[in-house]
Amino acid sequence: MQAAVSHPLQEIKNTTCYMCACRCGIRVHLTAGKVRYIDGNPDHPLNQGVICAKGSSGIMKQYSPARLMKPLKRRAGADRGAGEFEEISWEEAFATLSERLARIRETDPKKFALFTGRDQMQALTGLFARQFGTPNYAAHGGFCSVNMAAGMIYTIGGSFWEFGGPDLDRAKLFVMIGTAEDHHSNPMKIAIAKFKRDGGRFVSINPVRTGYSAIADEWVPIRPGSDGALLLAIIHELIAKGLYDRDFLVRYTNSGQLVNLDAKHDEFGMFVRTEVPEEEACYEPQNKLWWDRNSNRPVLTHSEGADPYLRGEFKLSDGTPVKPAFQLLQERVKDYTPDWAAQITGIPADTIRRLAYEMGVTARDQKIELPIAWTDSWGKEHDTVTGNPVAFHAMRGLAAHSNGFQTIRALGILMTLLGTIDRPGGFRHKAPFPRPIPPCARTPNTPLAVKPNHPLDGLALGWPSDPDDLFVNEDGSPVRIDKAFSWEYPLSVHGLMHNVITNAWRGDPYRIDTLLIFMANMAWNSTMNTVEVRKMLNDRDGDGEFKIPFLVVCDAFQSEMTAFADLILPDTTYLERHDVMSMLDRPISEFDGPVDSVRIPVLPPSGECKPFQEVLIELGSRLKLPVFVNKEGGRKYRDYPDFVVNYETEPGSGIGFLAGWRGRGGEKFMRGEPNPRQWEMYAQNNGHYHYRLPRSYQYMRNWNRGYLEWSQRMRITRYAEPILIHLYSEVLQKFRLAAQGKGITRKPPAHLASRIATYFDPLPFFYEPLEVETTDRRKYPLAAVTQRPMAMYHSWDSQNAWLRQIHSHNYLFVNVRTALLAGIADGDWIWVESQWGKVRCMARHSEAVEPGTVWTWNAIGKAAGAWNLSPDANEARQGFLLNHLISEELPSEGERRISNSDPITGQAAWYDVRVRIYKAGIDEAKESSPQFAPLQPAPGMAKRPAWLAYFAGAKK
Amino acid sequence: MTQLALVIDLNVCVGCQACVTSCKEWNTSGAAGTMSDERPYDADPSGTFFNRVQTFEVGEFPDTETVHFPKSCLHCEDPPCVPVCPTGASYKRPEDGIVLVDYDKCIGCKYCSWACPYGARELDEKQKVMKKCTLCVDRIYDAALPERDRRPACVMACPTSARLFGDIHDPSSAVSIAIRESGGYPLMPEWGTHPANHYLPRRKTRLRIHDDELERADNPLKIDSQLPKPAQSEPSLDDVTSW
Amino acid sequence: MRPAFSVVLLTTLIGLGQGLFLALFTAQSYALFDLLPRQDLHTFYAYGSLLALAFLAAGLAASFFHLGRPERAWRSAAQWRSSWLSREVIVLPLFMAVVLVYGIAHWAGGGPALIVLPSGIGIDVTVLAGVLGTLLGFLLFVCTGMIYACLRFLPEWHSPLTVINYILLGGASGFTLASLFASVAAPGLSGFFGGWAIIITLLGATGRAASLLRNSRLAPRSVLQTAIGIKHPKIAQKSQGFTGESFNTREFFHGRSAALFSSVKWFFLAAAFVLPVALLAAALASTAAAHLLAAAFLVQYCGLLAERWFFFAQASHPQNLYYQTAS
Ligand SMILES: Nc1nc2c(c(=O)[nH]1)N[C@H]1C(S)=C(S)[C@@H](COP(=O)(O)OP(=O)(O)OC[C@H]3O[C@@H](n4cnc5c(=O)[nH]c(N)nc54)[C@H](O)[C@@H]3O)O[C@H]1N2
Ligand SMILES: Nc1nc2c(c(=O)[nH]1)N[C@H]1C(S)=C(S)[C@@H](COP(=O)(O)OP(=O)(O)OC[C@H]3O[C@@H](n4cnc5c(=O)[nH]c(N)nc54)[C@H](O)[C@@H]3O)O[C@H]1N2
Ligand code: SF4
Ligand code: SF4
Ligand code: SF4
Ligand code: SF4
Ligand code: SF4
Ligand SMILES: [Mo]
Repeated sequence: MQAAVSHPLQEIKNTTCYMCACRCGIRVHLTAGKVRYIDGNPDHPLNQGVICAKGSSGIMKQYSPARLMKPLKRRAGADRGAGEFEEISWEEAFATLSERLARIRETDPKKFALFTGRDQMQALTGLFARQFGTPNYAAHGGFCSVNMAAGMIYTIGGSFWEFGGPDLDRAKLFVMIGTAEDHHSNPMKIAIAKFKRDGGRFVSINPVRTGYSAIADEWVPIRPGSDGALLLAIIHELIAKGLYDRDFLVRYTNSGQLVNLDAKHDEFGMFVRTEVPEEEACYEPQNKLWWDRNSNRPVLTHSEGADPYLRGEFKLSDGTPVKPAFQLLQERVKDYTPDWAAQITGIPADTIRRLAYEMGVTARDQKIELPIAWTDSWGKEHDTVTGNPVAFHAMRGLAAHSNGFQTIRALGILMTLLGTIDRPGGFRHKAPFPRPIPPCARTPNTPLAVKPNHPLDGLALGWPSDPDDLFVNEDGSPVRIDKAFSWEYPLSVHGLMHNVITNAWRGDPYRIDTLLIFMANMAWNSTMNTVEVRKMLNDRDGDGEFKIPFLVVCDAFQSEMTAFADLILPDTTYLERHDVMSMLDRPISEFDGPVDSVRIPVLPPSGECKPFQEVLIELGSRLKLPVFVNKEGGRKYRDYPDFVVNYETEPGSGIGFLAGWRGRGGEKFMRGEPNPRQWEMYAQNNGHYHYRLPRSYQYMRNWNRGYLEWSQRMRITRYAEPILIHLYSEVLQKFRLAAQGKGITRKPPAHLASRIATYFDPLPFFYEPLEVETTDRRKYPLAAVTQRPMAMYHSWDSQNAWLRQIHSHNYLFVNVRTALLAGIADGDWIWVESQWGKVRCMARHSEAVEPGTVWTWNAIGKAAGAWNLSPDANEARQGFLLNHLISEELPSEGERRISNSDPITGQAAWYDVRVRIYKAGIDEAKESSPQFAPLQPAPGMAKRPAWLAYFAGAKK
Repeated sequence: MTQLALVIDLNVCVGCQACVTSCKEWNTSGAAGTMSDERPYDADPSGTFFNRVQTFEVGEFPDTETVHFPKSCLHCEDPPCVPVCPTGASYKRPEDGIVLVDYDKCIGCKYCSWACPYGARELDEKQKVMKKCTLCVDRIYDAALPERDRRPACVMACPTSARLFGDIHDPSSAVSIAIRESGGYPLMPEWGTHPANHYLPRRKTRLRIHDDELERADNPLKIDSQLPKPAQSEPSLDDVTSW
Repeated sequence: MRPAFSVVLLTTLIGLGQGLFLALFTAQSYALFDLLPRQDLHTFYAYGSLLALAFLAAGLAASFFHLGRPERAWRSAAQWRSSWLSREVIVLPLFMAVVLVYGIAHWAGGGPALIVLPSGIGIDVTVLAGVLGTLLGFLLFVCTGMIYACLRFLPEWHSPLTVINYILLGGASGFTLASLFASVAAPGLSGFFGGWAIIITLLGATGRAASLLRNSRLAPRSVLQTAIGIKHPKIAQKSQGFTGESFNTREFFHGRSAALFSSVKWFFLAAAFVLPVALLAAALASTAAAHLLAAAFLVQYCGLLAERWFFFAQASHPQNLYYQTAS
């Protein structure tokens, strides 16, 4: 090669990556209209110029032969799943859809269900569903990490995930739990590396040591599903040794608040209130009591000069026995000793103690004092912001278990005891968080909210604060198809997408007509019990009608899911469309203030691809959904960019999809009139808007008067009341009370009462995951989990010629000793069997996995012929999917089945499954099992080339 | 004399493979391109890459280290791949020490790859010439690029900045300092190839907690273990006995 | 290493050609010094040279199949100062040219003596070409051998035995062929060549056995510990960075089972050494020598093909430390 080259002129366009949901800023370099190079945008706050393996492979996504290029309909008479399609026009697609949807809308809107996967446009999809009038809408959260969102938000008013994270710039000790490669992909990598270089200590708690854990200073292998025990034992030790931040607990949490312990009282287990205001809105009024040490009597919390007892028991003047919440916590963790936890977690008791001391002593002795003056919600002025530099990060290793909610509550409480909430070096919120506990959004609580030809009266997803907020019928049965917000999963704040197909197929709670799936591979990796679910999708009634009569899929690629569609809507790629990362959904905010961002097309749509956003606007206009039409009933928005600029949540609200450059000339932020030049302004600023809060608003935001009032003025929140941390959760207690027949709220159906009474414990507790309780553990002794590979995004990168070379098939990683005991050699073909099913795959010995756990990379295995790979591709023949071993339902009493989910949030319990492994017979095929009949390429797709020698623009 | 090189910090490399695909992406349409892929969508895909990230497990459970190990051409100071090349296609640039292949001269005899102990060269099965990491020679001197972009693609991509780039002969360069201060080492020193690329080892941060740190005067238990005094009116022995 | 068929053919075929030429000129030299009866064998030598040339040309042709870009093969002479491959590329055609001259000179009847030695022996063009050819033939062996022997990372090759064995095995096959050729074209010489063939084959067996013995005792200098620079007794690769294959997984490992590998060894020991010696000996003692010699030649050539395959396959390249496991 010649060193001295002059590169042909390149055009550079900035936009936002979507090779995963992390949303890094990218620069797309084009030569002769072809993508030459995609690198990180150095001026973007999120990734600061770096990019990951997926982001760098965007070219191969753009030019992938698996891309769908034409709207398609299932060939009449063909089975679903066979992948037999014919091309149709967009006009036919729209006509079919709008005719069908109009009929549903004027009869029973809930017969239309819209569920979306790993997308980033819930602001629009949610609006569409609501306008349509169906309650049956949710995104991926339920099968993803709702436990993390709910467990944290119901405890500290914010969460890991997109809503907050560890402040590694200032932390000294960083404990990462159950995280392989989170959405905070590049930012997390940047931060960990910097943290390590600055001499921070990094501990990873994970059954497996890969990815981030690889570079931890200490790896603490743990048995899956047992983190609750570990965290509670650490809490036990912190309290026993006095390593908690007392001042923080007193002032910023409900630790000192007195709990009514009169078991006969309707308010049993609730905080004692001085008076109850007319309307308890979605904030907490300051009407609870402390028992003051100085005056030795109950006083209003935060009374000047008062210092509450955190421990002890007291009697109110009317004789009501009460205890401070902290006392109850201490009682709760009394028996959760490190020795007890050692048995459950497999972590030596000494290690547990040492971890507790490391956390406690670092938090106490390495305090950070920043000279930042601020005022708290009670008017007290502080000269400094203090930080106890112990930071945590946790994700699906905690979330994806059916005991995850309580485990995550335990983590929230541990962080609270250490005094690390929204403080330097600890956990930091990201706008629009913190929010009241729970946040104000509510679903309707009656089926009457669903009316023909009307928008849904309320939000399809919300944050119940008590049983009266549940979205149930008179008889307590669910209104939603996924049974979210029902007594089965009361706090299922993200829905239960993983049960939609099974429920709709069975007609429990009812049949639906049309299911629209956007950007989710529900026939493969985002479904449990994959083999059966695929059958359900193709199952017909006696009269030959499909049990799920009409299935529409919008996807950019030919996936396992599109094969089952009746109608396929080909989406554009992220390089071909407008998109917003909206404050109304999940923005990309930083610790120091709100940030939102956009995608701006750098290429024209390929083939006949159409952005789903445009599809929704078109459909909304055709169906005359109120927000999409003008007074005359005509189309209101030209297209999606026009919609983004001009749509306001209510006429004149000044709140829209984008928060930056609002107001006629772009002079306003968060609220302001539509700005016709808003897109240009985003484009000029590297595709994002970053509002930096004044320093005094950047910390302690749960109780920072300045911040809360700012946030109220900006209409980020309605109330500016302090958000006390829920060490003790009244919300949970309200459900428990209802289950015990107490209280004034609705009561659960009898068969669910004890379930609710058990799991809705206002203090965290440890229980074995539900599936484990129903498993014969001698027969199935091993836990099976998956990890995200850093170079693959779920199922969608096998069509990517570069990425698939890194992971074209997967192995089951087994601890060397476990494998040898089972007579399994490295590389052997083995069977992995759970009580629900079995798969054949290859084994790989490993020293980096806890002996009771086996694991594999997620979603590498593919169905033959999907993703326009040849049917004998490694993905299909050697790759395998763990999902075949996981059930979407668990047996409940009698005939009843219950989702394999957390009983509180409905979070899919992916990582609860227990398996056994044994060698495959020597005469068995050396091929993964199960296998599926190969899919045919869809019409309009490019042929897959035998060779690829990509060169942007013409070579020489 | 200048010797450009990469210094790879195993202490922070998380094995994300960003350097692998960003390298391919930059180079396939660049002076070193194309980087072809055989059977890209069929069984057993195989393509040309200049850089691979591998994984090793060190030790036995539970004392296991998982080490991610990126490797590209090490631009040896005494490169055995160069003298063996019969055509002169393989050469080491005197001005900056980069080892390159001139595709126009290469006959694809593979001999240089035999002479490289590190497995750093790959024959492009489509163009049938030998290829390898160029240290992005077509970026680092490109005056059309802004200064901050005149770095190898893999270095720009790396999210953990585990890849440092610079002149290891300049004692004051960041790479020289890293090698000196963080124990940088070459691969397979036994062959005297003097690789220019170096690796920085894992470093561990530990914490030591002394017993007295758990028993301090400011312990909140001092307050919280003082439980409320019973009310004077509560029954006591005084009420029932008289000694 | 993965044995490339083109290289196996190249080295064995030119070895044959070189050996045959050396055999021819050995016989001529013997005759020159009256150690063999003088006969007029110009046509024998001419056709013999042609035969040698044919093998050399076939070897050269095979070598092109090894090149990715054969159309540029001419470039490969450029680096004779440093590259043994380049040197081979130069020496081979030179050698072929001299063999051609040698053959033509013989065909032309040898011509007048150019120099007459004090002992009265006349040196004609054939002799000059023969001497030059011998030097170049040996030089070619050295070049070919050194291509492998100079790679210090491949300890199985990095030894003088590599060069010696190239000479001996090429020589053995050449003399065997010469014996066969003579049995047709100059029956009087067949025994002479056959005798030498036995001797060289035995020497070759010794040399090859020595290298086998040496190789069996080699401890690799590079191990995972030095390959990745981590000092721990227990290191295992879990991923080579890709799940498919690459140049690095194809080029440097024979990819055959250990069983096949060791059977090839026994096969070549028998076919290249034991059987040919037996057949040659039988031929020397028999009257129907041509068949036996043909068998000896064919068996030995097959043996040498296997030997060369094994030679490549046995070399374990340190780069393989980096390419062991997919996952
Ligand atoms: N065993 C196991 N299963 C799991 C998990 C696990 O850990 N273990 N993780 C779960 C989790 S957390 C999640 S979030 C789910 C994810 O599951 P899914 O949401 O189903 O995610 P993907 O497989 O990425 O499928 C998304 C679909 O989006 C398509 N797509 C990609 N880009 C575009 C685009 O621009 N437009 C459109 N319209 N479509 C596009 C892809 O082709 C693909 O078909 O998987 C879950 N499944
Ligand atoms: N490259 C890449 N990045 C992604 C994705 C992707 O597909 N590819 N997906 C994105 C999505 S949708 C999501 S939800 C996030 C998820 O991000 P993560 O939560 O990091 O994803 P998982 O791969 O599910 O990792 C779970 C980790 O928890 C561990 N684990 C399992 N059970 C337990 C347990 O009981 N206790 C503990 N302590 N650990 C346990 C597993 O070993 C694994 O390391 O990643 C996002 N980022
Ligand atoms: S982390 Fe995600 S968004 Fe960022 S560059 Fe990688 S794929 Fe793109
Ligand atoms: S690493 Fe290999 S290819 Fe690179 S200079 Fe050294 S010997 Fe040559
Ligand atoms: S393959 Fe090319 S670069 Fe390598 S030795 Fe042969 S001619 Fe030289
Ligand atoms: S320096 Fe350039 S060519 Fe070398 S590995 Fe990095 S990106 Fe690839
Ligand atoms: S990009 Fe950096 S962190 Fe990622 S694998 Fe390469 S060197 Fe390691
Ligand atoms: Mo997820």
